[in-house]
Amino acid sequence: MKKVTLEVNGKKITKEIQDHAVLSVFLREVLNLTGTHVGCDTSQCGACVVHVDGKSIKSCTALTVDLQGSKITTIEGLAKNGKMHPMQEAFKKLHGLQCGFCTPGMVMSAVDLLKNNKKPSDTEIREWLEGNICRCTGYQNIVAAVKEAASKM
Amino acid sequence: MKTFNYHSPKETKEATKLASSNSVFLAGGMTTIPSMKLGLASYKDVINIKGIKKLSGIKVSGKTLKIGATTKHAEVAQSKEVKKSIPSLAALAEGIGDPQVRNRGTIGGSIANNDPAADYPSACIALNATIHTDRRKIDADKFFRGMFETCLKTGEIIESIEFEIPAKSNYQKFPNPASRYAIVGVYVAKHKGGVNVAVTGAKSCAYNDKDLSSALTKNFSSSAVQNVRVSPSGMNSDIHASAEYRANMVKVFAKKAVEAC
Repeated sequence: MKKVTLEVNGKKITKEIQDHAVLSVFLREVLNLTGTHVGCDTSQCGACVVHVDGKSIKSCTALTVDLQGSKITTIEGLAKNGKMHPMQEAFKKLHGLQCGFCTPGMVMSAVDLLKNNKKPSDTEIREWLEGNICRCTGYQNIVAAVKEAASKM
Repeated sequence: MKTFNYHSPKETKEATKLASSNSVFLAGGMTTIPSMKLGLASYKDVINIKGIKKLSGIKVSGKTLKIGATTKHAEVAQSKEVKKSIPSLAALAEGIGDPQVRNRGTIGGSIANNDPAADYPSACIALNATIHTDRRKIDADKFFRGMFETCLKTGEIIESIEFEIPAKSNYQKFPNPASRYAIVGVYVAKHKGGVNVAVTGAKSCAYNDKDLSSALTKNFSSSAVQNVRVSPSGMNSDIHASAEYRANMVKVFAKKAVEAC
């Protein structure tokens, strides 16, 4: 067991955790932040994407003890004062999801994309979302939603 | 995942002291962590080396570019120094995995793991790299021994990789559509002393194709590639591609790389 201190969605948290607990387990099972989904659990599907110190990573493939002192943002941290983030709004408006399982990861990845590229092309969006797999939508509406969000942000 | 003891040393010496035959150094963990989760590997001690400051960074000095072992793929891809000195290396880094993998995975981790389809080993071979460890300097052509095998000893830590800046270079690969690993990848680099053609994904380990290298040293054009025979013998054959297909792809991507130089 190790003691870790992290800032999760703006809140400082100190917990004792097992050395081998990955971040997705810590978020879901210790903090009850179940918005971060676990799909493949081997860093391929992207359902578990969160931001660590402003950069998107796959939380199923990072040890929590490795992130000592980091600032973490999960899907629960995007909405402000009960108002959805523009990316969430766009996914809702343009039906960028069906079952919704991949959506938290898609949204977190897409938000990271717009940090560095304010007006991405369709190709750039598709290339950026290589690490996020959706089995429902065929990606068309996801790409459209990211473009819509880019125009609003 | 089986339990282990996690360590986070601040110095190379401390990390080496903690190492044993039942330990692993952890950098980005992009292969190590999934391998442990799948039960393919387990260790008593996991030694995180990201806290060792001197292992990270990018520096150009004279004719070489030196990249610290724990430098992330995204940092290499975005680095002005890399883009200016060896643009093909920045492009290679940009093509590894996906953005989240590039935000965690490291160059040192990639070459220590020596996956047969990894991108960086071909860059090391093509760019006459020297691998600096905590105890010696190793030439890239001696470093990669075989499938997931290098000449690193227990407890030996890669500190940096020093690449020779070539006159021209380019890397082309056929990425697996799911993983982005190279089904075949070819790195062509033209140095003063000759041309190197390093191939990854085709065999159990990245290698320098001597026939292609010497043909291109004599005549640096895609037509020179056409006349070289690339044998499928010893090449990987799996659900993604047969050995014969890979052998053909080596030539196809060598030509593409030469043309893009």
